[in-house]
Amino acid sequence: MKKIINNVEDIVPELISGLVKTNSGLIKQIEGTTAVVRNDKKFSETKQVGIVSGGGSGHEPLHAGFVGDGMLSAAVAGEVFTSPTPDQIYEAINAVNKGMGVLLIVKNYSGDVMNFDMAKEMAEADDIKIRTIVVDDDISVENSEFTQGKRGVAGTVLVEKIVGAAARSGMSLDDLAKLGQAVINNTKTIGIALHAATVPAVGHPGFELKDDEIEYGIGIHNERGYSVEKIKPSQVLADELIEKILKEFIDKSGKFAVLINGMGGTPLMEQYIFANDVLNELNDKNIDVQFSKVGNMVTSLDMQGISLTIMKTEDNWIDMLKEPVVTIGW
Amino acid sequence: MRLELEEASNWIKLFAKKVEANKSELNELDTAIGDGDHGTNMDRGAKAIVESLSKNDPTNVSDLYKDTAFAMIQKVGGASGPLYGTAFLDMSKAVKNGNIELSDLIQIGTDGIKRRGEADVNMKTMIDVWQPISDVLKSGKLIKKDVKEALDSTEDMVATKGRASYLEEKSKGHIDPGSQSSAYLFDTLVDVLGENN
Repeated sequence: MKKIINNVEDIVPELISGLVKTNSGLIKQIEGTTAVVRNDKKFSETKQVGIVSGGGSGHEPLHAGFVGDGMLSAAVAGEVFTSPTPDQIYEAINAVNKGMGVLLIVKNYSGDVMNFDMAKEMAEADDIKIRTIVVDDDISVENSEFTQGKRGVAGTVLVEKIVGAAARSGMSLDDLAKLGQAVINNTKTIGIALHAATVPAVGHPGFELKDDEIEYGIGIHNERGYSVEKIKPSQVLADELIEKILKEFIDKSGKFAVLINGMGGTPLMEQYIFANDVLNELNDKNIDVQFSKVGNMVTSLDMQGISLTIMKTEDNWIDMLKEPVVTIGW
Repeated sequence: MRLELEEASNWIKLFAKKVEANKSELNELDTAIGDGDHGTNMDRGAKAIVESLSKNDPTNVSDLYKDTAFAMIQKVGGASGPLYGTAFLDMSKAVKNGNIELSDLIQIGTDGIKRRGEADVNMKTMIDVWQPISDVLKSGKLIKKDVKEALDSTEDMVATKGRASYLEEKSKGHIDPGSQSSAYLFDTLVDVLGENN
C-alpha cells in the first residue's frame, strides 16, 4: 500500500485539520470533534433549519465539502468507512440549532442509521426538534426485508443540494423532511468498479478484479456488487446503466437531473467521456435532462469506478440544483 | 450466579486485551464480508475502555458497565459502537439498584442489541453469539465449547442484517466478524468464571 499519510490513526483528524486550514472562511472545526460547521458571516446572522449530515471518511468531498450557505450547516466525519459517533453528531446538532429544529441526512447503512438515531435521542432529550431522512438511492440492492435495504450512495449529494437550497429559503423542518423524502424517492443510482479501494487500516484492496474485469453494483465501501463482467466501451456501459435505472421510473416524462460521479481513482477525462455517452443516450430516449453534473462528489478512497445517478425532478428542484452555493465540493 | 465488581472488571479488561491482540484477525474477517475495519474500530474501543476504567476506577458494576458503554459508543463508531454500547448501557441500568443473575444480565444486553439493530437471531450478526450464550447461562455453566459452537454457527448463515447482507448468498462460508468479537467477550467471561463455573 502506498498512500500519502502519516499514522493510520491520525488520518481523520489530519484530514479535517487540512480541510479547515485551507477553507477557514467557509468552515470551522467544532472543538473536540471531527465535525465541521459553517463559518461564514451569513450563518451567524441568519436563522434557518440546521442541516446536518455525516458518515465515514474516505468519501470526500462528501460531507464536509458540502458545508456552506445553501447546502449543509454542519458535517460529521467518522473514521474511514465508519459512521461517526453519537456524541460528535450531537455536538454538530447543537452547533447549528437556531431554534427551528435540525434535519439529519443519513445514508442507509446500519452504522450510520444507529449512530444518528442515538444522537437524535440525545438532542431530543434537550428539546431540540429533530427529523431524519435516510437516503437509499442505490438500485443495485434489492429493497427487501432480507437485506439492510438499499444503500445511500452518490445521490446523497443531490438530496443535500435540494434540501439545502430549500432550508436557505426558509422552509420549515417538517416540510424539509417531506421534500427530502420526495427527492430520495425520485433518485436512483448504480455504480461500477474497475478496481477496489484500499482501506488504509487494511492495506490491500477490498476485493480483486482481473485487468479486464469490472464489477456492477458496488457500494461506496468496497461492498461487492451483483456481477463481474469483462470491461466494455463507455457507450455500452452507459446504455446498460441507463436501462437499469430507467426501469425504476414508471413515468419518464418531466425534467430529469443527472450526476456522473467518480469513485476517487477514475480520471475526469473518463468521467466526461462517460457523461457524453450518458447524455447522448438519454437524448435518444427522449429523456429531458435539465441539469447535469460530473465529478468526484461521493468517492470511495482510491476506488476506480463511476456511478450514474438519475433523478426525476418535481416542482422547482431543477432551480434548486442550479442555485449557486459556496462550498468546497459542489 | 452474579458477577461481582472484581470479576466483572477483570472480564472487561481481559476482553479489551483480547480485542487488541486480535485486531488483524477481526479486520481480516471483516474484509471478507464487510469493509475490513472491525478490528481497527474495536481496538480503538478497547483502548478507550482501558483508559476510561483506569481514570474513573468504577466502584460498582453499574458504573463499570456504563464506562464500558460510553467508551464503545464514543470511540468505536460504525454499527458495533452503538450495538456494544447499547448492550452495556442496558446492562448498567439493569444493575443500578442491585446486582442481578449473570444469565439475566446477558439476556438484557442481548435484548439491547436486538432493539438497537432491529435484528434477531439467524441474521448472521453478533446476536447469534449473544443469544445462545445467554441461553446456555440460563441452563447452567458456560464453557468455551459453547462459545465456539455459537460462533461457528454463523459461518453457514446468510446475512440479512448489516453490511454483509448486501452479499446475500455470498455471505455464506464466512464467520461473522461481530460474532467473533462477541466470542472474545464470552471467551474472556469463561476465563474469569473458570471452566467449572
